Amino acid sequence: MEGGQKRRGLATGILGGVVFALILAALIAALLLVPREKTMGDIQRIFYFHMPSAWIALGPAFTVVFALSIAYLVSGKLVYDRWAAASAEIGVMFTTITLVTGPLWAKPVWGVYWTWEPRLTTTLVLWFIYVGYLLLRSIAGEGARRARLAAVYGIVGWIDVPIVFLSIWWWRTIHPRLLSGSGFAMDRRMFEGLMVSLAAFTLFYVYLLVVRARSLTMEAEITGLRARLRHRDRGGDRL
Amino acid sequence: MAFLSQAWAIVRKDLLTELRGASTIVSMVLLGLLVVLVFNFGAEPGADSAVLARSGVLWAAFLFSGVIAVGRSFASEKEAGCLDGLLLCPADRGAIYLGKLIGNLILVFATGVVILLFFTVVYNVGIGAGWLGLLLLLVLASVGLSTLGTLFAAVAAGVRARDALLTVFIFPLLVPLVIAAAHTSTLLLAGQSLGDAGLWPWLLVVYDAVFLAVSFVVFDFVVED
Repeated sequence: MEGGQKRRGLATGILGGVVFALILAALIAALLLVPREKTMGDIQRIFYFHMPSAWIALGPAFTVVFALSIAYLVSGKLVYDRWAAASAEIGVMFTTITLVTGPLWAKPVWGVYWTWEPRLTTTLVLWFIYVGYLLLRSIAGEGARRARLAAVYGIVGWIDVPIVFLSIWWWRTIHPRLLSGSGFAMDRRMFEGLMVSLAAFTLFYVYLLVVRARSLTMEAEITGLRARLRHRDRGGDRL
Repeated sequence: MAFLSQAWAIVRKDLLTELRGASTIVSMVLLGLLVVLVFNFGAEPGADSAVLARSGVLWAAFLFSGVIAVGRSFASEKEAGCLDGLLLCPADRGAIYLGKLIGNLILVFATGVVILLFFTVVYNVGIGAGWLGLLLLLVLASVGLSTLGTLFAAVAAGVRARDALLTVFIFPLLVPLVIAAAHTSTLLLAGQSLGDAGLWPWLLVVYDAVFLAVSFVVFDFVVED
């Protein structure tokens, strides 16, 4: 037990170091090494943070919630629930970053902060769904009941997202498009910078997930210990 | 057969309670009409704000009143301690879900019809030949709203959440339904037929079918205590 914990701590520490170095590299690449975009100028550099955040939000984060929700309902093991919770929290954080960096880029380039384009709108709906998920968790107490209710939401919400995207996409293609997407041909150095940033963000997600899931596990352990202490103080069985 | 008769018993119980003065439908209809009224003040007086915006009003009213119905359906059971009794019955959990769902569906659809009539009168929209399509559309939208609504009303009752939270839980999930319904009703009110709406009604059909199936599977876990 002790040895296993130490090894896991060491592994997390190494992962943290790698993530730190990669983020530093991504920052240097995006801000210094990558050439300035011809028409958009420096504002385009936000892309190296926007797109990887969107990848985490639309890709792994909530898919992991979905998969772990099913795993929980099938097995009844609370550990899956804790990892799902951790992934949802991080996913909401990256969705928020996506929703903030997008308009910051759009204002100077498109002239507006927001347009009801399918990807934007879907991301906003996604944000609402998973904020709802976290809200449900926050009021559902703890233990098996919270895990069950959250898992149901985690499954239904994830299935909803592609339908949301499809409906908004159809809706927008029928209406006139005010603005078309970016569509710039990418320089090789730009592509490399983006890849470094993508790797950094993906590993950052994994690192946060591990750390957060562990803290949630500790929280559950402490709650359990407290309950046993109270039980003992009332003259119940010994620990 | 036992499954269906169990579900029917629950539908009957809910409708009887409603008829004997639970009056959910009264507050639903009133809220729906009020939404139509209040939205009216957002438009320029006398402006012909196109049927497009108006059908948005229609579905906003429909959603808000629908949430009341589904929210009450489990909250009232919970208050009186009936939910435990219901779950102790030797009835299939799926039958309980189906019964609650159909009860809600009837309320939601009936309210939708009233809102639609009110809407066409006060906004001077002629329904004309489109009435059958609109009714069909209303059925599809009611099924979708009741399906997810009933599931999440059970979730909300499990955590003693207020109606406002139920809204937060299900409105984002209902976005595809609103888009499809609003788009189709705009076409219908402009005098086109359901066939002209292309894939939109089918999106609703798929949406309803997918979430009916999923809700059926996961409902067991929601009420399992």
